[in-house]
Amino acid sequence: MIGYLLRRLAAMAATLLIVCALTFAVFYLLPSDPAAQFCGKDCSTERIELVRQQLGLADPLIVQFWHYVRGIFAGQTLGTGQYAVQCGFPCFGYSFQSAQPVWALMMDRLPTSISLALGAATLWLLLGVGAGVISALRRGTWIDRTLMIGTIGIAALPVYFTAMILLYLVVTVAGILPYPRYIAFGENPVGWITNLILPWITLALLNAAIYARMTRNSVIETMAEPYVRTARAKGLPERRVVGKHGLRPALTPVATMLGMDLGGLLAGALITESLFSLPGIGKLFADSLNKSDQPVIMGVTLLASFFIVTSNLVVDLVYAWIDPRARLS
Amino acid sequence: MTPHPLLEVRDLAVEFPTAEGTVRAVKGIDFTVERGRTLGIVGESGSGKSVTSLAVMGLHRGATVTGSAKLDGTELIGTPDDRLRALRGRKMAMVFQDALTALHPYFTVGDQIAEAYRQHFGGTRKAALARAVDVLGDVGIPEPARRAREHPHQFSGGMRQRAMIALALSCDPDLIIADEPTTALDVTVQAQVLELLMRLQQERGLGIVMITHDLGVIARVADEVLVMYGGSAVEQAPAEKLFTAPRHPYTRGLLDSLPRLDDEDGAELRAIPGSPPSLLAPPAGCAFHPRCPAYAATSDGRCTGDRPPLRTVADGHRSACVLDEVTA
Repeated sequence: MIGYLLRRLAAMAATLLIVCALTFAVFYLLPSDPAAQFCGKDCSTERIELVRQQLGLADPLIVQFWHYVRGIFAGQTLGTGQYAVQCGFPCFGYSFQSAQPVWALMMDRLPTSISLALGAATLWLLLGVGAGVISALRRGTWIDRTLMIGTIGIAALPVYFTAMILLYLVVTVAGILPYPRYIAFGENPVGWITNLILPWITLALLNAAIYARMTRNSVIETMAEPYVRTARAKGLPERRVVGKHGLRPALTPVATMLGMDLGGLLAGALITESLFSLPGIGKLFADSLNKSDQPVIMGVTLLASFFIVTSNLVVDLVYAWIDPRARLS
Repeated sequence: MTPHPLLEVRDLAVEFPTAEGTVRAVKGIDFTVERGRTLGIVGESGSGKSVTSLAVMGLHRGATVTGSAKLDGTELIGTPDDRLRALRGRKMAMVFQDALTALHPYFTVGDQIAEAYRQHFGGTRKAALARAVDVLGDVGIPEPARRAREHPHQFSGGMRQRAMIALALSCDPDLIIADEPTTALDVTVQAQVLELLMRLQQERGLGIVMITHDLGVIARVADEVLVMYGGSAVEQAPAEKLFTAPRHPYTRGLLDSLPRLDDEDGAELRAIPGSPPSLLAPPAGCAFHPRCPAYAATSDGRCTGDRPPLRTVADGHRSACVLDEVTA
């Protein structure tokens, strides 16, 4: 088990290094010039060249890459002389445009994205899995048909449409909720919920519909398994047959999917955050794209890869914990 | 002895609706199983043998079951599920074909047996687990205490089937319905599992219904045999008589198709021509007539009239062939 974990962690590190190298190469090939950006407007060509030298941007790509990777673990000082900026551990680059280390920018935004992701995931799990299980157990009845038609409708709604309608109806017309802005949970738990509830619903609806359909299929399939029939043949009450023998295996693929979805979402819900102007990682990414703020784009890409690779590992571990057949002996 | 036979099935019929129409999977069959005896039900896929067993257990969902099945005098058909539940696993238990899929992959073998025991007898989890270890030992699983903590996929095929039998035995039932219990096993393991069932039967006076397509299994274990074809019983006889003096052309075909040691080298296997009847649109009259050699010889309309009922043709021997005088 420990050997397995170590192998997985090594593979994770390798994956991240490759992602890092690829993003690094992509940005090197892009036409935008960080030295010119740092220097500002009305810089002479000589001055830009000087800045380039001092920031180390004239070094060979492989040297720059080495500095970047080393910076992640040891921090680094970017540039020399009057332009020297200190970028402490863990240094994911420095945004000259906002004059801040990328790590600080990301950590500043991360709580918003985590709040958004966890709240939305809770909501779509409750709605989606609940509806899916009810639909499967009441298969063929009007409840099943209503739920499944409803989920098709919801799945067809684009996020920006849902967001606009919700904002218009709830905030503008009814005035029940404030226009969402991020309030830290520790600061004001009630405010945290009332401000995030609309983004949560927006993000949750689409996933709830997908999860409902997936859960329904999985439950129907599992309830037809021979081991469920065996549970009935033992004389167990239906409640136990469904709850213990049916739902546990039926929800295993749902748990897997949740892990992957959450991993993707932790690094920011780009559209939802932008729609509600929530200062999350997704919004940071969108803004940085607009400004061609390369160090930030790269940092967020790496952070997202980290979340996805980690959630992959967590999903595999959870899977082995639920299903003994997946355990390594 | 109690006055009732252990299991008495009368005119049992099972229908289920499908998109293409109603399937009459079992069309009124009768049989009796006494304590300590084994009834073999033999037939090919789709003959209704498994459906019959599920109907007796009240496990065939979505099907309409009519007729009567009495377990020790208690009617099972039409009884509400919560009352059947008290009998299921406790008085009648089932051994399914493929233990790898019939046992739950997520729970240990011991837990699965203990769960059944606790459902019917209550008590602590610990006591139920001890009982599970006992029955695992009874069915010949070495180191039962250790194996009880393992999951089904860690068992070999034969051991898994033994565990399945242990599960069925855990609540000391009177009747065991075994649906193709040895089909997934290789021949030597198959023999061991059948011996185990027979030993347990002798020790505990179990009534057994052995459902199989394998006449070799029937020959080994059955006292009485019911041959099913297209949802009906076509022949019913003591095992000895069925093998020495089969009356129905289908039974003869089945027996003829068994390869024999005294076959000449290079002799071809004998098969019954044609394929099993469609349950949606069964042939008129005797369901077997399109494949029947006797029908081909005497096509005078008797085979295609009403579905022929079982008639007593000898002491304790019944056959459903209208041509019996002709073919006898």
